[in-house]
Amino acid sequence: MRVLYFAWVKEKAGIAAEEVEPPEDVATVAELIAWLKSRGPEFANAFERVEVIRAAIDQHHVRHDAPIAGAREIAFFPPVTGG
Amino acid sequence: MIRVQQEDFDIGAEIARLKGERTDIGAIVTFTGTVRDQGGAVAEITLEHYPAMTEAELARAEADANARWPLQASLVVHRYGALKPGDNIVLVATASEHRDAAFDAARFLMDYLKTRAPFWKREDGPQGARWVEAEARDSDAASRWRLKTRAAE
Repeated sequence: MRVLYFAWVKEKAGIAAEEVEPPEDVATVAELIAWLKSRGPEFANAFERVEVIRAAIDQHHVRHDAPIAGAREIAFFPPVTGG
Repeated sequence: MIRVQQEDFDIGAEIARLKGERTDIGAIVTFTGTVRDQGGAVAEITLEHYPAMTEAELARAEADANARWPLQASLVVHRYGALKPGDNIVLVATASEHRDAAFDAARFLMDYLKTRAPFWKREDGPQGARWVEAEARDSDAASRWRLKTRAAE
């Protein structure tokens, strides 16, 4: 699946997008975050305040307990500040 | 109609286009959001967005507004990229037979996009650059509409 990062999550992760293949036991957004964090200090830093991180699956907002099965694109970003 | 663009917009031209030749419209409400310099603290802002989702989320907002109020036309234009104090950021326009629906729908669209549309503002000024933090009052404003989605709020 494709993972996208925006705003300060992107800056901290040091990457805008990547293709990932998480282990099969990674079933939810929260578990995906935990797995992404385990891959290096920049990701641990990007997801440090995990409670403020927002997620979207295939361009729909989802909660951290949402299942990721079948997702093509998962995005992580801070609370939005447009308008 | 939804437009996400780098270019500026002309409010008068947008209203004229919204109205076209129609003679059944009784009320048009517009809201324009502009960049504030915050007493000199902000020299420039950069609006980042998540292109495909931005359009999808604004389209959902517009569909929801049309389901709630008898709108004859609606328009959301949101800019991205580098903007200076005084520049336009966002335009919401709603048209209806009567003013209540137009006012309420315009408010709804702004409250919706403030908490849902994936845009992020970075401010640059004499003190350096910083990402703008989301404000609780925006979620409070949106909560009155009881938006039904899977959003994590």
